[in-house]
Amino acid sequence: MLQLKNISKNFGGLQVLQDVNFNVPQGGIFGLIGPNGAGKTTVFNLITGLLRASGGAIEFDGQDIGKVAAHKITERGIARTFQNIRVFKEMTLLENVVVGMHDHMDYGFGSVLLNLGGYRRIEAQARERALELLSWLRLDHKAQMLADSLSYGEQRKLEFARALATKPKLLLLDEPVAGMNPAEKTELMEEILNIKQRGFSIFMIEHDMRFVMGLCDRIAVLNFGRIIAEGSPDEIKNNQEVIEAYLGKEDSE
Amino acid sequence: MTELLTSIAGTGFMDWWDGFWSTYNTVIFSLGVNAMLALSIYVTLSCGLLSLANAAFMGIGAYAASLISMQTGLPFPVALAAGGALPALVALIIGIPTLRLSGVYLAMATLGFGEVVRVVVLNMDITGGPLGLNGIPLKTEWWHIVLLLALTLYILARMRRSKIGRAFEAIKEDEVAARLMGVNVAGYKLLAFVIGAAIAGVAGGLNAHYTFTIGPGNYAFENAVEILTMAVFGGTGSLVGPTLGGMILTLLPEALRDFNSYRAVVNGLILVLVILYLPKGIWDPRRIRGWANTFSRRKTQAGGSN
Repeated sequence: MLQLKNISKNFGGLQVLQDVNFNVPQGGIFGLIGPNGAGKTTVFNLITGLLRASGGAIEFDGQDIGKVAAHKITERGIARTFQNIRVFKEMTLLENVVVGMHDHMDYGFGSVLLNLGGYRRIEAQARERALELLSWLRLDHKAQMLADSLSYGEQRKLEFARALATKPKLLLLDEPVAGMNPAEKTELMEEILNIKQRGFSIFMIEHDMRFVMGLCDRIAVLNFGRIIAEGSPDEIKNNQEVIEAYLGKEDSE
Repeated sequence: MTELLTSIAGTGFMDWWDGFWSTYNTVIFSLGVNAMLALSIYVTLSCGLLSLANAAFMGIGAYAASLISMQTGLPFPVALAAGGALPALVALIIGIPTLRLSGVYLAMATLGFGEVVRVVVLNMDITGGPLGLNGIPLKTEWWHIVLLLALTLYILARMRRSKIGRAFEAIKEDEVAARLMGVNVAGYKLLAFVIGAAIAGVAGGLNAHYTFTIGPGNYAFENAVEILTMAVFGGTGSLVGPTLGGMILTLLPEALRDFNSYRAVVNGLILVLVILYLPKGIWDPRRIRGWANTFSRRKTQAGGSN
């Protein structure tokens, strides 16, 4: 579904990614793990068009998206959440989610000005759909509250709902459980499985090993800008190079 | 008998009114024009852009409309429409490069643009150079202003309730998140900039047609800051704020006439106090609701002790 081919990225003289190759399959949950500073978020920023690769190609559904503008990539079906939560705090939950439907609201300036039927119908449908998405994440009872008043875990869930509003084929989750307590983690794990069951493909970056091993069907490991392993959770757990990257090398003495 | 009384009272009132109108009509006209100017900068602020080009856009609109009225026989609505369209076109052209900037950098670039406009107007022949334009026909009627202010408010209110208004707010709150929700950030910023310019231009056209004379000094740095002050003073969270802000800051200098030469000082003091104690402007619905609650609580407490 999503293919990274020989992707490299450097910021000035700093080589962040080198010859990164992997393939996110349709359906299921794909994980990208790696120590701090390995370049994981950079991978997401390249896929979503916030940054441009220095070399290589990114293909989504067989089409090159390496030079497509960020908002157009969203339109093609890739949505994401952020490591440091970025909800619109001064808006209500409902409005947050409706913003995600931006591309799918086709009405002209004229029908806005004259309050025509087409505009009213699309707005009503968007609100209805937004409530439904909020109910998927069990936030619908807070739809009219300001996003700022939510707890950290709830804001993360709101980000999920907002990302789903863009009708993505592929959902990118950037460290979804960063900074959450164990109870919130378990809850979020369920939510992610629910989303998967509804037919969305998921690609996540995560630090929490138990979380990744429990959720992902396939995992790639990034270390110092290179992919050092790819495989099923069991294969990754027993991969010598991965263990070294995380725990360091055993002294040969 | 009663008829006589009412007719005396009537003529008395009419006399008073005529005197009042001839003294204060420019102030009354300015209420609406300044409200429009405050709304013009509200549009860009609502999209998270601190643009200080609105005085320049007002000037471009004023000169365009005045020149059409003075040099052609075209009707007033055409002059006003041109007064809105020309600044919008200029905004479209300069917006593409400058709107890549954000925060104070955008403020500086737009201030620079305002200065360029002022110097160009100062040196052109058709604009009358430093003397400006004199003898602009007095075509603005009170209802023109009421109508155009109402139209501006209506259009902006409709936009707020649509995906356009939501896109503006999303950009203001978090540009990156807005982009990744599929919002064409550059496009919407340009839209806000162009709409703001058009409103400022129409306001300029209206203003020129009741002041009789305009000059390059009317659209300089101080005016840019004044427009911003009106919007911030009123509050930029809704359409009511800038409208009120524009009107109050028009009336304030008149109300402070008794302070004579200290007028500017008192005016400044009031501004400082408002910014200090009402950082979101005088129209801040949440704060007003808070006051109303405290007031009604006090009232019920007082009632209970009786």
